[in-house]
Amino acid sequence: MHPAFSVIAFTVCSGAGFGLLALVSAGAALGLIPADRLIGFVAMGLGLALACGGLLSSTAHLGRPERAWRAFSQWRSSWLSREGVAAVATILAAVALAAGWVFLGRTDGAFAAAGLATAVLSVATVCTTAMIYASLKPIAAWHSPLTLPAYVLFSVMTGAGLLTAVLAVFGLDVRGLAAAAAVLALAGWFLKLAVWHRNADHPGVSTLNSATGLKGGTVRSLEWPHTEENYILKEMGYRIARKHALKLRRIAQALAFALPLVLFALAALVGGNAATVAAVVAAVVQLAGMLVERWLFFAEAKHAVTLYYGR
Amino acid sequence: MTCLPQPTSDVRLGLVIDLDTCVGCQACVTACKEWNTGGHMAPLTDYDPYGEAPDGVWFNRVHSYEHTKADGCGETVHFPRSCLHCETPACVTVCPTGASYKRASDGIVLVDEDKCIGCKLCSWACPYGAREFDTDVGVMKKCTLCVDRIYNENLPEADRVPACVASCPTGARHFGDLGDPASPVSQLVAERGGVDLMPELGYRPTNKYLPPRTRKAAAPAPALTATDGVGGLLGWVDRILSR
Repeated sequence: MHPAFSVIAFTVCSGAGFGLLALVSAGAALGLIPADRLIGFVAMGLGLALACGGLLSSTAHLGRPERAWRAFSQWRSSWLSREGVAAVATILAAVALAAGWVFLGRTDGAFAAAGLATAVLSVATVCTTAMIYASLKPIAAWHSPLTLPAYVLFSVMTGAGLLTAVLAVFGLDVRGLAAAAAVLALAGWFLKLAVWHRNADHPGVSTLNSATGLKGGTVRSLEWPHTEENYILKEMGYRIARKHALKLRRIAQALAFALPLVLFALAALVGGNAATVAAVVAAVVQLAGMLVERWLFFAEAKHAVTLYYGR
Repeated sequence: MTCLPQPTSDVRLGLVIDLDTCVGCQACVTACKEWNTGGHMAPLTDYDPYGEAPDGVWFNRVHSYEHTKADGCGETVHFPRSCLHCETPACVTVCPTGASYKRASDGIVLVDEDKCIGCKLCSWACPYGAREFDTDVGVMKKCTLCVDRIYNENLPEADRVPACVASCPTGARHFGDLGDPASPVSQLVAERGGVDLMPELGYRPTNKYLPPRTRKAAAPAPALTATDGVGGLLGWVDRILSR
């Protein structure tokens, strides 16, 4: 699949944003994060900026962005429509919590309820994003039972990393949170390896025989209908050289999982200014790593239509 | 609504494509382009048509394959590929705006260009590559089964078939009601063992493909025989040339 930068940036940013919103909102609602106005402004502001920025970035790949409002209408059948509805509901709940926190200095009562709603809706939104991909049968690498858990785990993992960094900057004790972020990075690493392992064994059920209805023997593409790349090949026929994929997989593992694992573990152990620096660097590196991971998610996914082109 | 509608009739219009008689002449491809660039989905935009990398929107593409069978014999198969107007089209249900829809009355899958936001998700959901995005207009386009011909009372009745069917010089394309088991196209499918493409994905295509007929085993060509000892004029020529 063609790795469109707007969609990669969208899924990484909104994933991290909703993960951060879920953790901050739940933490504030449960009284685990102090109702300090500046912390509220930075943490909720960062979460909302990433979530909204991601959503806006996704409209950049639309052919007719001015009609994007229509996408809220078909939630009965379409995961993309459900994602739009869930994202707006989450942002409304988050804005309610942020208003109480930043303007009134309160995260209790009704604002706590808004916080819990934000946490639940954030996770629901990430689930709808994952289901857009998981529901596509022609793409075997995405039509997998691991797509949904991977999106949710990566969202919580990057959200926890960002929250650790933000609270460390405010001088709070983040040893527990940093340890959790390290554990999540390790869990994310295992899950990504499991996804790659699974996909290597599941190249897809269709063959050029079933695609053409020609039974038995072998079918070989003799001639394409066109001499130049068409929409189908540009959008769905993207191929990545195997040697580059292997290198990028190593880079993704280092930046998204291994380095953050070490740095968050360090932050959990040392404390003080060193912990703050380690947490901030880890959170930023992790986001960069997730961009590479998401690029590979698209570039390595093979669409069944490419069978018709002998690929 | 992108939920699939409850059919209001048993009519399921579609195509039956005979891979035995298709000669890959591309007449259906150009007839489709010609009709549809002025039809329901118009225009079928071309980009850089006379330049270095021409590209454009087409609803019908003809591939050519080499099918080598288990016995080692091979044959060339020309394979027209277009929208199959599936019974359970994921391209419709994934649409977030209601632009993609399946008609309850005859099963034709269409795009309402005024509602399409150009998210391209429907093209990802289609394993058959039936949908092509028009970057000029910013919306998705696809085969309409020539909905603007088949019901068109301004055309002579004989012409009320899709442009690809009307133009096929070998009669490899058939149009009709696949929801009626007694219709000529359904009979043809039953008689020739018509198949669904990628049935394993569960989209339940309406269009069917007729596999090439089994060829009669060809009689072996007679071996060349030596002409030694032939008399007469040919024998004389042979002797002269053999010197």
